[in-house]
Amino acid sequence: MSFLDRSHTIAGPGFSRWMVPPAALCIHLCIGQAYAISVFNLPMTKLLGISQSTPADWKLTDLGWIFSIAIFVLGVSAALMGRWVEEGGPRKAMFTAGLCWALGFFISAIGVYAHNLWIVYLGYGIFGGIGLGIGYISPVSTLIKWFPDRPGMATGMAIMGFGGGAMIASPLSVWLMARFTTATHVGVAEAFICLGIIYLVFMWVGAAIVRVPAPGWAPEGYTPPTVADKLITRNDVYVYDALKTPQFWLIWWVLCLNVTAGIGVLGQASPMIQEMFPGHVSVAAAAGFVGLLSLFNMLGRFFWASTSDFIGRKNTYFCFFAIGTVLYALVPHTGSVGSLALFVLCFLVIISMYGGGFATVPAYLRDMFGTRYVGAIHGWLITAWSAAGIFGPVLVNYIRQYQIDHGVPKAQAYNTTMYIMAGLLVIGFICNFMIKAVNQRYHMKADALAQPAAARG
Amino acid sequence: MQNATQDSSMQTKVLLAWGFVGIPLAWGIIQTLINAMKIFQ
Repeated sequence: MSFLDRSHTIAGPGFSRWMVPPAALCIHLCIGQAYAISVFNLPMTKLLGISQSTPADWKLTDLGWIFSIAIFVLGVSAALMGRWVEEGGPRKAMFTAGLCWALGFFISAIGVYAHNLWIVYLGYGIFGGIGLGIGYISPVSTLIKWFPDRPGMATGMAIMGFGGGAMIASPLSVWLMARFTTATHVGVAEAFICLGIIYLVFMWVGAAIVRVPAPGWAPEGYTPPTVADKLITRNDVYVYDALKTPQFWLIWWVLCLNVTAGIGVLGQASPMIQEMFPGHVSVAAAAGFVGLLSLFNMLGRFFWASTSDFIGRKNTYFCFFAIGTVLYALVPHTGSVGSLALFVLCFLVIISMYGGGFATVPAYLRDMFGTRYVGAIHGWLITAWSAAGIFGPVLVNYIRQYQIDHGVPKAQAYNTTMYIMAGLLVIGFICNFMIKAVNQRYHMKADALAQPAAARG
Repeated sequence: MQNATQDSSMQTKVLLAWGFVGIPLAWGIIQTLINAMKIFQ
């Protein structure tokens, strides 16, 4: 298995760095399926009853845990495995991520055949979650090293794949299930097996074509900026030292608050648009709105991360928080004047900034902590996503329910939530404002830099 | 001469790699846009 080692992935002369973003996309387009897992939920409630659920069938509330476990394990594995990913190299990480991700589908298929939900939790939730965590961070530092001139654009391209993965997985899963569903059988397990095989091949192709640059490599004609920028370090910070800095935790809150504001909306987009514009939006149109949000989530990842290369990471987040605050405050107004177009426009911009937050943060970490451990530090930062995955939906769902229980019409039940989201973004703005350069006592010393990474404690 | 051949071979590889990820992504985007059109109907 030595071909997986970092030493076997060093690019030879003549290798084009433009091979690396497709390698990263092979991983992110596959693991982005996680956002589309809900297409299996309804069919999985009819595995025994076939045409309708029976009391022995799985409940939707129980099935919701599959995604929650996977996202939780994503955060934990990204944090714990980050250093291993960094030191083992991208090919080993991508290979392992592909194996875990595919195993997750295969084990889940067994769970569906045996009608045992715990096996599905183990498969998709645990194995799939580990594949998600390792896969998500695996190409980040490699891309940053290949594109020192455009780190935002490079990581934006990869993380864009995570947003785009659901757009492929959703229609593909529906098509696969239709192929295998008969009058007496729901084709979920077969669809899982097919997806597992497809994703394994795709992710291993990514692992095969990825390369790391030779030491000292730089793009042709590239010269590092001569004018010092206080917010772009030329030093490296060791992963566990980075966790001791206020900058890490401020960026953690910046990401968490940005994601909290977006994730709650993503989860509730379909009922929200139907309830705020009663009689104007059909179920099919609401599904179209959700699809449009996915598209802008993906495009925002590339657009904002690329923009951050020109205006700086801090200013990019200032844009997210300032524009986001105004737009969230504007949403209740769009409902009261009945402007569906303005409502859609507001959320498309908001969701583009949600995606942009994910895609810009690796370059922000690189600016703060250097390139050496950026993948591992990014792994720890992903826990902000897990936390936001709890905060966001809880805020949207519970506040809406509280409003309705207190007699507020459904069309206005989201107004308070929108103002709270705007408030959260103001806090995010302040956290971003407080981010300064990392104190030089955290920088790695020359002897530590010379030491092999694995030898460090 | 050898360099030119290597360059052209690498360009082909880059094109194939982008096609490998770009074609499924384009298909997904088209499917999404077809569904999204329903909001304006």
